[in-house]
Amino acid sequence: MAINGAAAELNIVVDDQRIRVAAGTTVAAALFNLGTAAFRTSVSGEPRGPVCGMGVCFECRVTIDSRPHQRACLIAVADGMHIRTATEA
Amino acid sequence: MMAPLAGTDATLIVADVAVIGAGPAGIAAATRAAESGLRVVVLDRGLETGGQIWRHMSGGPVPRMAQRWIAQLSRSGAQVIHGTSVVDVQHEDAEFEILADSSGSALRVRAGRIILATGARELFIPFDGWTLPGVMGIGGAQALLKSGASFAGKRVIVAGSGPLMLPVAASLANSGAKLILVAEQARRSAVMRFAAGLWRAPALVVQAARYRARFLSTSYSTGTWVTAAHGADRLESVTVTNGRRTWREAVDVLCTGYGLVPNIELARLLGCDTRDAVIVVDAQQRTTVANVLAVGEATGIGGEPLSLIEGEIAGSVVSPRARISDALLRKRAALEIAARRMLDAFALRQELRSLPTGGTIVCRCEDVSYGAVKDAVCARQAKLYTRVGMGPCQGRTCMPGLDFLLAWQPDTVRPPIEPALVSVLSSELADDAAASILFNSSVGEAYQ
Repeated sequence: MAINGAAAELNIVVDDQRIRVAAGTTVAAALFNLGTAAFRTSVSGEPRGPVCGMGVCFECRVTIDSRPHQRACLIAVADGMHIRTATEA
Repeated sequence: MMAPLAGTDATLIVADVAVIGAGPAGIAAATRAAESGLRVVVLDRGLETGGQIWRHMSGGPVPRMAQRWIAQLSRSGAQVIHGTSVVDVQHEDAEFEILADSSGSALRVRAGRIILATGARELFIPFDGWTLPGVMGIGGAQALLKSGASFAGKRVIVAGSGPLMLPVAASLANSGAKLILVAEQARRSAVMRFAAGLWRAPALVVQAARYRARFLSTSYSTGTWVTAAHGADRLESVTVTNGRRTWREAVDVLCTGYGLVPNIELARLLGCDTRDAVIVVDAQQRTTVANVLAVGEATGIGGEPLSLIEGEIAGSVVSPRARISDALLRKRAALEIAARRMLDAFALRQELRSLPTGGTIVCRCEDVSYGAVKDAVCARQAKLYTRVGMGPCQGRTCMPGLDFLLAWQPDTVRPPIEPALVSVLSSELADDAAASILFNSSVGEAYQ
């Protein structure tokens, strides 16, 4: 949410690293800004990152607050959110 | 927003009209239908109203074109539910029951009519290295940018086809990306013929010139395409060709896509006829299934102005006192002609059919190579032997490209059309009387 025109920041944890991100950012954008290459690991072990950005391709799947296979492009960051990347398939 | 119910209980919404998709077409359809007094619910996968073309961040600036429509929609009384993917639809008597995954909880919507405004996705043609992190869709990059991603300082190539490349290149350049090249596969003559025909729509010429002005220092090359992406664990460089010369460019991000593919899976699940991968509709935007209408890109790629008009027409058609203005019908006809000219101008060149090699991964969900599927006679045979197109995206990413490469006919659609939690699929309405009904009973009473 914008407060007095300035984007509020909140805390999230990505693979045990605590970072501050602007509220309203999607998890996919937050990980992209962090420089994350492998959002997930494919069935044959390849690193994969976001492709369609709109919930179609399922390449940006990460584990969010212990829920696996969440599409990072469809979920906004929330304060205290824990994200785990490069999990199997 | 509704509170998710515990366990496997589903939330129930009863409406007159269910609109699937909250892009321009869905917004216009829902607005006109709700303004007539009907109870309208709009289900959308995204976080905000606007779809892809009007995508914006929560609390962030809304595109000017979108402001008026989004305001009209909210005044109309239509209810928009975000974070919601449709999984299945049942048809009983004169009523549809839609099952959706709404932020992880089951949602059931009963409605007498459905308006499909499911939009489009990008067409991807697989090539070596396209699975490397850093290779993304052109619309995909735009979506990331609009959801808070920073491309500042990144070396970017935009390569593919279609009018979407210009605005995306412009916004990337505007956001501080180092745009190396914008490569359009279509021939210069075809693109110029298309541009010359834009005199009929001067606003588009001005818009295109503005986009181009934002990345003037970058080369816009026609007849040019990317043949391979290279890198260890992420993208490092790409191979580019114009058919005569082939060279390498070092990049951090490659945005690629060869136009748009209508999202017709839900229409096909409902039994609607499709032709050339587009939902068939009549002049009233009605599909071949009674009480199912379709609007926007899913009925043929035509852009935002056409989507809005189709939405307005469908919203009026379902209204109790349906009246469609002749002006709307004339505008739709003119825009349909422009849309056909655009598709012709950006027709895909034959060379793209030899982009993938035997080892190129085509199905990103199941890691199936081109060599494993290219001799199959149809999609179903390939699926049986290799699981191509059978992962979470259900072939939405690879199948349109394979249809282009191998001229396969689309396979049948079966529910669930989206991966869904078992708790959603097995949800029951624990007690109809206790189920949450979103609409105040006074809404829509005037027409009952």
